[in-house]
This record gives sequence, C-alpha cells and structure tokens, in this order.
Amino acid sequence: MPNVDLSTTPLRDLNAALHALAADTNETHWVVENPAGRHAIAVGVDVPVQIEINGHVGYYCAGMNDAASIVVNGNAGVGLAENMMSGMVHVKGDASQAAGATGHGGLLVIDGNASARCGISMKGINIVVKGSIGHMSAFMAQAGALVVLGDAGDALGDSIYEARLYVRGTVKSLGADCIEKPLREEHVEELKSLLAAAGVEDVAPDEFRRYGSARKLYNFHVDNVDAY
Amino acid sequence: MSKTDHVPHTVPRKSATFDDYTMSEIRRAAATGIYDIRGGGTKKKVPHFDDIQFLGASMSRYPLEGYREKCDTSVVLGARFAKKPIELKIPVTIAGMSFGSLSAQAKEALGRGASAMGTSTTTGDGGMTAEERGHSKTLVYQYLPSRYGMNLADLRKADAIEIVIGQGAKPGGGGMLLGQKISPRVAQMRTLPEGIDQRSACRHPDWTGPDDLEIKIEELRELTDWEKPIYVKVGAARPYYDTALAVKSGADVVVLDGMQGGTAATQEVFIENVGLPILAAIRPAVQALQDLGMHRKVQLIVSGGVRNGADVAKCLALGADAVSIGTAALIAIGDNDPALEAEYAKLGTTAGAYDDWHEGLDPAGITTQKPELASRLDPIKAGRRLANYLAVLTLECQTIARACGKSHVHNLEPEDLVALTVEAAAMAQVPLAGTSWIPGKNGY
Repeated sequence: MPNVDLSTTPLRDLNAALHALAADTNETHWVVENPAGRHAIAVGVDVPVQIEINGHVGYYCAGMNDAASIVVNGNAGVGLAENMMSGMVHVKGDASQAAGATGHGGLLVIDGNASARCGISMKGINIVVKGSIGHMSAFMAQAGALVVLGDAGDALGDSIYEARLYVRGTVKSLGADCIEKPLREEHVEELKSLLAAAGVEDVAPDEFRRYGSARKLYNFHVDNVDAY
Repeated sequence: MSKTDHVPHTVPRKSATFDDYTMSEIRRAAATGIYDIRGGGTKKKVPHFDDIQFLGASMSRYPLEGYREKCDTSVVLGARFAKKPIELKIPVTIAGMSFGSLSAQAKEALGRGASAMGTSTTTGDGGMTAEERGHSKTLVYQYLPSRYGMNLADLRKADAIEIVIGQGAKPGGGGMLLGQKISPRVAQMRTLPEGIDQRSACRHPDWTGPDDLEIKIEELRELTDWEKPIYVKVGAARPYYDTALAVKSGADVVVLDGMQGGTAATQEVFIENVGLPILAAIRPAVQALQDLGMHRKVQLIVSGGVRNGADVAKCLALGADAVSIGTAALIAIGDNDPALEAEYAKLGTTAGAYDDWHEGLDPAGITTQKPELASRLDPIKAGRRLANYLAVLTLECQTIARACGKSHVHNLEPEDLVALTVEAAAMAQVPLAGTSWIPGKNGY
C-alpha cells in the first residue's frame, strides 16, 4: 500500500506515479499524508484505485477523475472533482465553490456543506451533499442529479437544462427557468439509489422536493426577455 | 422666372448617419424585437495592416536574394514550461473553430491543410472530434467556459491546451449556437437537448481572475504531466494588462485576437462595438512581454483580419511570434464563393456578404450541420486549397522579410515599418511615413 507524504514528496511525483498506473495494477490503495491544502492533488487518475487523503486539500482535488475512488478526510477547496468523468470522490468535511463543476459522470459525496456554484454546468455527474449548498448552485446544469439533504441558497438551478435537483430543506430562491416539479416514481428510485451509494440510511426519498427546467428559455422568445 | 423655366432641384440625399443599412436594421429590430445575430468579425473599416508599409532594404540595409538565401519561417511555441513544445514550419496557425459551428468536413479540411503545411489547427466550443484529431498532426484543444465535450482522454490526446478567456469578435461574451445547428451529434457531444438555442457561459465555472487562473494552469499541467504547452487566449481589450496577467498566471503562449476576428454567431452590436482592432493591440501586448523580460520566451500569437503574407509579416515585425487565421481559412476552403451566387441570392444575400452562419444553411457546406449541404465540401480538395493558401502566405511573408534583409521572419522589427495614417502610426507605434513622428512618443 503506497503511502505518500506530501511534506517530503513533491506533488508532481505523486501525480506522475498515479498517472503511470496500469488498469490492472496491484497498487490499488494509496494513502496521501500531509496534503496541507495543496492544489491539484490526485488529478486525472484514470485507473480504478482507491486514494485516501488525510487532511485538507486545495483547489481542484480529484479534477477530471476517471475511475478512481478518492476519499478526503478533511475539507476541500474550489473546484473539487471538477469535470469528473467517472469513479467516486467523497469529502468528509466541507467543500468550497464550484464542487463537481462540469462533471460528466461518477459520484461526488460531500458530508458537510458545499459553497456557491455547487454542480455548476454539471453534465452527468451525480452529487450528494449531506449539508447545505450555496448560491447559484446548478447554474446551467445540463445533466445528472444533485441531491441536497440540507438547504439551497439563492438562484438554485438558474438557466438549468436537463439536470435533476433534489432538495430536502428550504430553497432560498429558484433561478431563471428553474421550477419545482413532481417527484415521480423514477425520481424516488433515483434518490433511493443515490442515497444508498452515499451511505445515507436515515433519510427517506419522499422528504425531498424536485426542481428542474421549465424549458421556457430553450429557444429565445422576446416575451421571455425579463428572465435575462 | 416664367412657368416654363426649369427649376433646379437638389438630388435626393441620404443621411450618412441614417444610411441604408442602419435604417434596415431599425426596421428589422422593430419587426422582430430581437437583436441581429450573425457570424464573422467586424465589417466596419478600422485602422488595419493596409495602413502600414515596409521600408525594404536600400543603401543602409542589405536585402537577401529571393529563392537563394534562406529565410527561415519555423516557430517553437511553449518552451517556457512544457516538456513537449510545439514546433511549426510556418508562422501561421489555424484558429479555434468548433465542430458544431463548422461541419465535420470543414474541420477535416482545416486539419488536412494545416498538417500538409506543418502547422497546427485548433478545436472549438464543442469538444474534439475523431475527424479533426485524425487529420491534424498538431492539434490545440480549447479549454472553454462551457467545457462541452471536455474529457480527460481527449485532453491527453491534444498537443497543446488553449484556455479561452475571450475572442476578438466578442471580448466578454460566451459562445452561441442556435437550435438549427444542434444536430443529434452536436447535441450528444455537448450533452444538450437537440434543437435548443445554446448560449454558453462567458466566465469559466471554476475559476475567476488571474490568481485562480494560475492554479487552474497548474492543474492542467498536472493532468497532462507538464508535457503540453498551455496557451491563454484573450480578445483584444486591455492587451497590456491581459498579456502581463497571462504571463504571471504561467501561460506558455498568449493568443491575442482583434475585433476583425470572426465568430460563429453573436450579436451584431457586440461584434461591431466591443474590442480593439488588432493593429492597436499588438504593441501593448509586446510591451508587456518586454517589460517582464518575456518577449520570445512566452510566445505571442495574434489574429483578427490576417489576409495575406504582408499582414503576417507586419504582425511579426510588430513583435508577434506567429499569427492565426480563421475567416481567411474558411474563404480558402470555399466560404462565400461567387460560384454559389444563385444559392446565396436565394438566402437573400450575395457572395461575399453571407454571414448568417448560425442558420446552418451554408451552401458551401462549411458552417452547417445539414448532411446534404456538408457533403458538398470535399475535405481532401478543400484541404489542398488551404495548404496552397498557407504556402502563399508563407512565400509572401518570406519575400518581404528578404527584402528587409532578414534571414528569419522573426527578425522583422518595428524599425522596418512606417504608417500611412496618423491613426495607424499611433496604434502601431511606428513613424508616420516620411517623418520621424510617432504620435504619443517624445511628448507629441
């Protein structure tokens, strides 16, 4: 089990070693110590290994992750798991702005709160936030699901496309073209599956409300000009 | 005066302020309630390379023999930090244009033409297609606010990464691709519903400002193991500060696009009224590089209205390392061809004026996603035309460089230039022809 101490090993060496792994590597469990808020830790890992980071991470941790399972035992900075392709990223603490931004796939789980612009421009990633999320979350969200056990800030889902938003607490305000929609059976099933994947056992799917696109801004019409 | 005498009348006179185009735009706006959208760059006359002249060699400078004495045109881009810099044979690259805005055939033609001449082509706001990667020996992958189609595998297939902050046609604006062009394949690549109007973001989703950009560049370098040059592209707005901040953020290459540079689609009012002519932007950008001791270490690629080898030579003489062409490349492969006049007429326009690229009805098969139109463009023949055109640009640039006595096109310098107008002299910071006067210098 490789153990990399970032207080003595350069970040470049860690990422280079992770990028050099073959898909069938035997080194499947990595531990990273003393991350000390460094940026770009464990970015671009494209093999199904487990990486455990003990401490706080800076910007873009697990960026573009494609297959790895990455756990952060601490808080995460801006752009956590940005543009994730697949795999799983689990942060035990809080996450800063733009968590899961533009993600195409995989599962991002944040045990604490996420700041503004969580899930901005998401393109298929699933995000479960056990706490609350900040303003402008899911801005221009295209696809995937954002599940929030706490509250959502201002302008949730502004200019949203086809992403599905589930919020258990309050929503301070909805953004342009984002509306509440009925929670149908397929959404209950999706919630069940995402909550289970995130290790949430004591919350029922019917405690959530669903939000999505009114699709009024999909094609420009002058009568909707007030929405811009 | 008798009744039969002829009374002189003034001839009908139209307003210079309210000219025919302006009045037609007012009527169009009144009828539709929406701004005019079109493709291309500015159509108004702005100070440009035509206002600049080379002096050539004479008694005090020795020229080089044409076709006999070598005039090198090679360019290395990205040696500041990248392990694998880009090496181009000519100082002319192909600008970013998306699959979506252009047909797959057009993207292939651009790749073929650029590769044949040893230069690079660039993706756009829609991801990398297999066609363009396959046909482009050197491919620059754009990293845009929308991140459409952005993925790790393609990022690692790229030869360089270009972080797009803005473009000359619309500094401060995001991408636009209207519903007519969101075909099933385009929709799938961009993770969007088919047929919707796609207006992509103008700011990046996960960073803001130069301090964040520095961290973003570090991430991109880590993602690609510090192999690939990182370009930062800006629209010409505040070129001195934008260039300085791009260098500070860790860019290997700065790409500076003037207002003559084209766009696939945006508001006419934006194209015509925001941003600088490229002539006004090059010297401030070069000054920033010189002030930081980074001229020729961080390369500068300029674009926006480059049409011929003289324009290329003028950009290089003003301090750029290479130029980029978009509109000219499209014309070379067949855009706005007078041979298609009958079809342009059916669209209510004329060859040379066609700019409704967002409608996807291009009879040349270039700015369209309709299979029956796109299939009109033969990528092999069109690629050959682009290669020919690039060869001419290079030969013309060499001709001028030799006439100025330069054994490498990068040896061209502002001292080789004069301006024909006061405006151009001020913008390019070269003397007005026949004088030693550079407006704004030495207290004048």
